[in-house]
This record gives sequence, C-alpha cells and structure tokens, in this order.
Amino acid sequence: MIGLTHYLVVGAILFVLGVLGIFINRKNVIIILMAIELILLAVNINLVAFSAYLGDLVGQVFSMFVLTVAAGEAAIGLAILVIYFRGRGTIAVDDVNRMKG
Amino acid sequence: MIKLIVFLPLLAALVAGLGNRMLGNVVAKAITTGALLVSCALSWPIFLAFVAGNASPSVTPLFTWMQSGGLDIAWSLRVDALTAVMLVVVTSVSSLVHVYSWGYMDEDPDQPRFFAYLSLFTFAMLMLVTANNLVQMFFGWEGVGLASYLLIGFWFKKPSANAAAIKAFVVNRVGDLGFMLGIFGTFLVFGTVSIPDILAAAPGMAGSAITFLGLRLDTMTILCLLLFVGAMGKSAQLGLHTWLPDAMEGPTPVSALIHAATMVTAGVFMVCRLSPMFEAAPVAQGFVIFIGAATCLFAATVATTQTDIKRVIAYSTCSQLGYMFFAAGVGAYGAAMFHLFTHAFFKALLFLGAGSVIHAMHHEQDMRYYGALRQRIPLTFWAMVAGTLAITGVGIPKLYIGFAGFWSKDAILESAFAAGNGGQIAFLVGAFAALLTSFYSWRLIFLTFFGKARWTQSEHIAHALHDHHTDGDHDNPPSQEDAGHEPTQHGPAAADVGDGTGGYHPHESPWSMLVALILLSIGAIAAGQVFHHAFNDAEGGLAFWQGSIAFDAHLAHASHEVPTWVLFTPLVVMLVGLWIAYNNYIRDPGAPARFTAMFGPLYTFLLNKWYFDELYNVIFVRPAFWFGRLFWQRGDVGIIDRFGPDGAARAVQGGSVLTGRLQSGFLYTYALVMLLGLAGLATWAMVRF
Repeated sequence: MIGLTHYLVVGAILFVLGVLGIFINRKNVIIILMAIELILLAVNINLVAFSAYLGDLVGQVFSMFVLTVAAGEAAIGLAILVIYFRGRGTIAVDDVNRMKG
Repeated sequence: MIKLIVFLPLLAALVAGLGNRMLGNVVAKAITTGALLVSCALSWPIFLAFVAGNASPSVTPLFTWMQSGGLDIAWSLRVDALTAVMLVVVTSVSSLVHVYSWGYMDEDPDQPRFFAYLSLFTFAMLMLVTANNLVQMFFGWEGVGLASYLLIGFWFKKPSANAAAIKAFVVNRVGDLGFMLGIFGTFLVFGTVSIPDILAAAPGMAGSAITFLGLRLDTMTILCLLLFVGAMGKSAQLGLHTWLPDAMEGPTPVSALIHAATMVTAGVFMVCRLSPMFEAAPVAQGFVIFIGAATCLFAATVATTQTDIKRVIAYSTCSQLGYMFFAAGVGAYGAAMFHLFTHAFFKALLFLGAGSVIHAMHHEQDMRYYGALRQRIPLTFWAMVAGTLAITGVGIPKLYIGFAGFWSKDAILESAFAAGNGGQIAFLVGAFAALLTSFYSWRLIFLTFFGKARWTQSEHIAHALHDHHTDGDHDNPPSQEDAGHEPTQHGPAAADVGDGTGGYHPHESPWSMLVALILLSIGAIAAGQVFHHAFNDAEGGLAFWQGSIAFDAHLAHASHEVPTWVLFTPLVVMLVGLWIAYNNYIRDPGAPARFTAMFGPLYTFLLNKWYFDELYNVIFVRPAFWFGRLFWQRGDVGIIDRFGPDGAARAVQGGSVLTGRLQSGFLYTYALVMLLGLAGLATWAMVRF
C-alpha cells in the first residue's frame, strides 16, 4: 500500500535533486531554471500528498497557485537569459560571476 | 611701584613676543629695553633706601592663587633687603644685557623673539626673588628654567644648542625634584608654605624627627637637604653642574645674564632666603660647605685647561658659586649675598667682554687662535682687565681699597676661617681655588690680548677673509655663534703680512655694547668699596638686612678679627697665580706644552672635566636609553601595540579577507549559503518551538 510516507520520500528526493542541480551544475543556467522547477514540483507533491491525507482541499488549491507562479517564473527567467546572452554571448554558469560586491 | 618693576618686563615680553614680526625689530627692542630700563631705574631707589637704612620690609598682596583646606597660596610681592639686592642685580644686569644685545644681535633674523625671551626671563626671575611663599618661588624657579631652556636653544638650527638646552632642562629637573619634595615636606611639617611663617617656626623644629619608611630622620636636616638639592641643580653645583658649560651654546648675552649673573645665583638666594631653616640644621650646613668647597675647587681646576673663552668663564662662574655656597654653609649669609652681588657685575662684565672679543674675532671662541688683541680692541681690553682684577680680588688689606671681588671674596674666606672646624678646611680649599682663579683669569687675558696674533689657524677668521674676497653667500647654517656680522671692510692687500693676523682686522664693538661694558666695569670696580659696609659689617649688616637673612653679627665681627696672614692670603695667592700665568703665557710661551707633557694624565683628566660627562653617560644616560628601548620595543610595540590597536586592525583585516572570499559572485554559492541559512533557521525554529 502506498502511503503518505512514500509521497514525502519522493518529494524529498526530488527536492534534493533540485538543490544539487543548482549547486553541482557548473555548465548551464537553463539547468538551474529546471532545477528550480524540480524543487517547486517537490513542494507541490508534498502539498497534494498532505491535502489528500488530511482531506483538506486548501493544499491542492495552493499547488495550483505554485504551478502558476512557476510558469511565470520560468517565463521571466528565460527572458532574462535571452537578454543576458545578447549582452555577454554566453550563459555558462562559471562565466556568470558579475554579482561580486 | 614694585608691581611696575615686576610686571613691566612681562608686559614687554608679551608685546614683543606676540607682536614679533608685526612690530619689527626696532620697536620690539625699544619696548623691551625701555621696560627694563624703567624697572632698573625703579629698583635702585628701593635698594639705596635699604642701604641708607630708611626702608622697612613690606609685602604687597596681589591676589589669591589657590586655597584648599590648610593650603593657602597667594600671589604677593615681598620686598625686604634681600629682595632689594636681587632686584638691583637682576634689573641692572638685565637692562645692560638688553642694551648690549642691540649691538651683539644686530644681524640676527629673530631679534623680537630674543628680546621677548630676555624680558620673560627677567619677569620670572623677579617673581622668584619677590616670592613670599615657596610655591610662588617655585613658579619663578621654573619660569627662569624655561627661559633658560628657550635661550640656550635660541639658535634652534644648531643641533648642539638643542642638545645643550635639553641637557640644561633635564639636569635641572633632577634638582627641581629635590626642591619640590622639599616644599611638600615643608608643608607637611609646618602646615604652611608662607616663608615668614616657616622661618618663624624653624628654630623650634631643630632636633625634632620625622619617621619616613621606618627611618627616623632629623626633620630640619632632611628638609634642608632636599631644598639644597634644588639649589644645587639651579646653581650648577658639583654633581649637577654638567649643564652649565654646555649652556654656553646660547648667545653670549644670555650667558652673561642667565648663566653668570642671575639665574644660577637663584640657589644661593634660596639658601639665604631660608637661612633660618639651615641654621636649624647643622648637618645640612656641613653638606652645603662640602659641596660648595668641592665645586669651588673642581670648577677652578677644570677652568685652567679649557681653551674656549666662554667655557673658561662658565667654569669660573661655577667656582664662584661654590664660594657663595660655602659662605652660606658656614653661616656667613651676608658674605654670600655680597659675593653674589659683586659677582653679578664682574662676571656679567667678563661674559660681555668675551662676547665683544668673539664679535671682533668673527665668532671664533677658541683662545688658542686669539692673541695680540690689546691694541685692536682697547676698550674691550680694559673692561676685561677690570673684570679680571675684580674676580681675582685685587686689593690691599688693612688699607681697605680694592676691586669688588677683593671685598666679597675676602669676606667669604675670612668668615670661613673665623667659623672654625669645617670652615677652616673650606678656607684652605677656597684659598687654593683663589690661586687657580687668578691663574686661569690671567691666562685668559694673556692668551687673548697679549703675545703674538695666532688668527690664521682659525677657521672662522679664514671664513671671514674668504667671505670678503669672494663676497660669498651667508646662507650657510652657522657652525658656531651666529649673531651674524659682516666681515670688516679692508683690502686684500693687507693679507700676507706674515704676522699671524692673516690680514684680518678685528674691530671694536658698536657703542651699545661698549656702554654696557663701561657701566659694568664701574660696578666691578666700585661695588665692593661702596656697599661692603651694608652687606657684611657687624653693625651695618644688622641694620641693612633687618632680619631678612639669618645675619650672624658675631661671625661678621669675628671675620674682621682674623690673623693678619689670613687677611693677606688671598692677595698672596692672587699674585702667585698671576706670576704663574705670566711666566707660562708671556715670558715663556713654550712652558704650558712642557707642563702638559710632564703631567699628561692630570692634564687629560682636567681637560675632560674630571670625566663627569662620560661618567653620567655610563651611569644614567645609557641605562635610561636602554630602559627606553626596552619599554618601547618590548613593552609598547611587543605587547600593547601587538594586542591592542595592531591586533584589532589585523583581526578586521583577516576577517574581511575571509568574508570577501565568500563573495565569489557565483550564483550557486549564494544559493548554497541561502539554503544553509534557511536550514539553520528551520532547525533553530524546530528546536525552539
């Protein structure tokens, strides 16, 4: 029988994968965006799992919101990337270090 | 009137010193000199009134200085016979030195400053001599020390002058510590610093004891010894004398005013002012006699070998101060003050005369390069001879005629003999020192004014001639005295005469310098003759001093009753000294060289001033430097700086490098840190709630 725990484990694995995708990845900013999507999905799974477990719809409503925000975020992120590429001619992560104070 | 005498010099010093370049040389000089002449003119009537016996001591209160519990210190001006003597000495010599400096400092770029310092000194000295309490005396005491420091270092571009100024100041601090402790102790014992109150209570304290650190000490002895240490510092007595010869780095008028006539006699003045205290402390009196006699002998021996004309006179001053102190030690305060009075005239005269010679010889101070100046600068010559006759004490006993020094020095020697015991040893030492005095004084005269001219070897003369020929620049920093004066106008045709002059023509000094010399000569010749009755006669002294010093009429009387051979001793030793000097420097100029060859070690010992400077260097200066370096490098740099400011700075620097490394600019590091932070916060929240 698949219970709450399994969902939570899947969510946690996805979350950790997302986090590692941000840190370990040294190549491509697009992968970072994807990793962020992954983290948001992990959160969604948790929300939906708890919602079903507790019989409370609010969690599923929230996951809808998260999906909407994630879509917006992906759109804005990609737009920034395009602009950035125009400016610098690269989107390799190791070259993107202009955030030094 | 006394207020005017004391404060006019201060006013003049302030105006001239603060106005400085705004006023210009002539105005500043005229203000200071005018103020001093007025002070001097006002002082003489006071003194003469005391001599005539129709003046009585008075105290003019000014205002309160501090008041705290039992401590009550007021500014006030005390005028009694002792003060009156010092008033005329200080204002007369000071005003003459002011006048003299018009000529001597004529080419100096900083004249207003010089005259302001001179006037400031005079003010401080007058505060000292009119003090009615020990603290005000200490104020004057430090004031003259400050002025002395400023004036020794007047030519501040000369490193040796700065060193001498600092040396004078530091050595005087040692004495001042003693003086301060003396004042503290006096306040502790008597509960007041007012001089009349202390003196009134002093005889009653004789023989009492105080306990200090478990030791039982005789109160009056310890107080008098402490105060005397102060006097030793100021008056350059053996042990604390090392600053005085070095102080000759200052301009010559300063040497005449401060380091011959007035400031250095402050110690003698102080001992005389507090004479009832010393009378109550026989042990301290013995110490005063010992130090006085030792200084007298020591300085006289050193003076015989020095070649710098000013140093000879400086050691001579030291020696004469020794006379004054042992006179005070045997209880002949009248004789001590008398010698102070006459000494001020003839020693100022000798110094100003030496200044005139130096001025004529283009700042050459070494007597080995003088000679044959008698006809070239006749007025200076005669003034110097008058001074020398006075210091060597020429006069005829029994007939009662003589120069100033004859009266005062003989009075000291006779009093010492009459005082018995320690006094008679002091008499022998003093008589021997008188022989040396006569020798070195005449040696100075013979080397300077007689014999053949030896000017060619002198760098200064060579410089003067060179300057004349090439019309060279005067911008070079001075190596010796630089009151500055142009070489005389004469043709290069006179150059190779072959008489040792090198073609240099010394010229007599300007009238302003000669006026001072002439007036002081009159003092040197007549001061003893005119005033001896008031200063040191049994009856005249009692009437004159009116209790301002512990005048011992019995001793004064006894000093006139000494055996005839004692009366004639000073005259005989003076003639012997003159004969030796004549023999060595006029009849047989090769004799001194033979003598030094025969007594080489003795000569070097004296030439090096008994190795006092070297000894102090080893005992005090080097350890002080060592301590200084220890505290500086180990203590300050090694500990305080290392863990204090430097440590804090290093911590900030290291921390910023560390945090700077965190800021890589890579997105993922920021994200990681953010995550770690969030995780940390979440953990904290979970544990907390």
